[in-house]
Amino acid sequence: MAEKIATRVAYGDALAELGAKNDKVVVLDADLSCSTQTARFAKVFPDRFFNVGIAEANLVGISAGMSTMGLIPFCSTFAMFGAGRAYEQVRNSVAYPHFNVKLCMTHAGVSVGEDGGSHQSIEDLALMRVIPGMTVIVPADANETRKAVFALAEMDGPAYLRLGRLASPVFDNDLPFEIGKANVLRDGKDVAVFACGLMVAEALEAAKILEAEGISAAVINVHTIKPIDSACVAEYAQKCGKVFTVEEHSVIGGLGDAVADVLIGKVACGFHKIGVNDQFGQSGKAPEVLKEYGLTAPQIAETIKAGL
Amino acid sequence: MTTQDLTKFCTQVRRDIINMTADAESGHPGGSLSAVELMSAAFCTQMRVNPKNPHDPDRDRFVLSKGHACPCYYAVLGELGFFPKEEFHTFRQLHSMLQGHPDAKKVPGVDASTGSLGQGMSIAVGMALGAKSQGKDTKVFAMCGDGESQEGQIWEAFMAAAHYKLDNLTVLFDNNGLQIDGSNDQVMSLGDLAAKLRAFGLDVIELSDGNNIEAVVRALETPATAGKPRCILGHTVKGKGVSFMENQAGWHGKAPNEEQRRQALAELEGK
Repeated sequence: MAEKIATRVAYGDALAELGAKNDKVVVLDADLSCSTQTARFAKVFPDRFFNVGIAEANLVGISAGMSTMGLIPFCSTFAMFGAGRAYEQVRNSVAYPHFNVKLCMTHAGVSVGEDGGSHQSIEDLALMRVIPGMTVIVPADANETRKAVFALAEMDGPAYLRLGRLASPVFDNDLPFEIGKANVLRDGKDVAVFACGLMVAEALEAAKILEAEGISAAVINVHTIKPIDSACVAEYAQKCGKVFTVEEHSVIGGLGDAVADVLIGKVACGFHKIGVNDQFGQSGKAPEVLKEYGLTAPQIAETIKAGL
Repeated sequence: MTTQDLTKFCTQVRRDIINMTADAESGHPGGSLSAVELMSAAFCTQMRVNPKNPHDPDRDRFVLSKGHACPCYYAVLGELGFFPKEEFHTFRQLHSMLQGHPDAKKVPGVDASTGSLGQGMSIAVGMALGAKSQGKDTKVFAMCGDGESQEGQIWEAFMAAAHYKLDNLTVLFDNNGLQIDGSNDQVMSLGDLAAKLRAFGLDVIELSDGNNIEAVVRALETPATAGKPRCILGHTVKGKGVSFMENQAGWHGKAPNEEQRRQALAELEGK
């Protein structure tokens, strides 16, 4: 895991690559194309790139309309504005008619850093997951982001792709990516750790720390929050008897609740959610902010150890 | 269609609106009745649609941004044969295709799900932009209301329509002047609508009587200005055609009872 690439950068690269293969792909942005990295697509395909200005409600509505014309709109802005401000447009203009719009939102989570709590979306997974028919994906690294973008172009219907600002580790392995299919990155028997996005790398590091202390932790990358891989979640909860979920999101409504929904009434196990504990984020360097909220590998290992 | 045929069509649409809302004991007759001529004229004289092939990719598109006026929309589509008119009786009932607000998944001829005000115009802009970007000659017609235009998103959409030079987009502006809580001027004045629309880059044709079918057809036949979205700004009467509903904000979202249905139909019969 030497190299570090932000998932938003991988998204920009993947879009440019996808654009060359599929002429139905169009990209829309709301004056953040340099930050969301859609500018990479705009440079190569200026005629298929639409900057609607600082107007997120309109961004989502125009994407909905374009999808009805046989196009595949990739609609991007920051998670706060795409999933937050334009929530009802996503719900009613896109998801209610099940239109084929790919909502790819960057700068999610507290790792946004310096911009502070107003810009750190820690509710977007909850907001998107609750919408009927919405696919929700959180890639863990650059490779997975690329695969997710290509998979989204192939599937029909609305989808939310959660992307990060911070450069994050790229895994050495090249695991297969299938929407709705979790990847077991590390097997274990004492505790099952389900993670997504930036927290997958931290969970893997945490597992190494735990291993040194004689605790065997399985780490499962749940890149698809919805539809979640119920079989895998149930299998590992059963097998390990203790479950921890780790996400850079509120502990309310995100990965933790998605995993809990699978297990409630079906698998008896210990259960603990690690995430942002019902509070807003704040400014700071991204690594400092992550530490402030207990989302670094040593802290995660500590929380798991205390909870076992 | 001749003017006489169109007049007959509009009267039938009004009957359907009254019957639909009376049957359902629910719905929005006022803003449906004001919209009749603008919508009927667009469908009957302008739009390239085939009721037998409602999903033809090369069809023209219609978006009812003021989605609560769907009794008018359903009546027009039903009269044109997009679905059997028997469906009218199921309006707003469980398992009906005719939901309380238009559902694109359920109704043949409905191109967007609308009703949450302000959103339809952006969808229409996306359709027009999607057509243009693919070199298609699709025309998009989108109806909005005055009350709805208190939503900021409407103006985001107009701004984008002008920016992208969408001369394949026609905005049908049903300006009946009333909203749920009273007149626009009481609730939140829209000021000089024509001036605002022009300032946002739309080519505006203003009709002092937006319920005059001949005037509406003439406006729709006026060639579009190249590079500009156009707007037929029709000053209409909420509840038009039913004496006790005309210009009454109270008939925004209230269905006629049986006695009121009889009276309304009798008045429409005379036309």
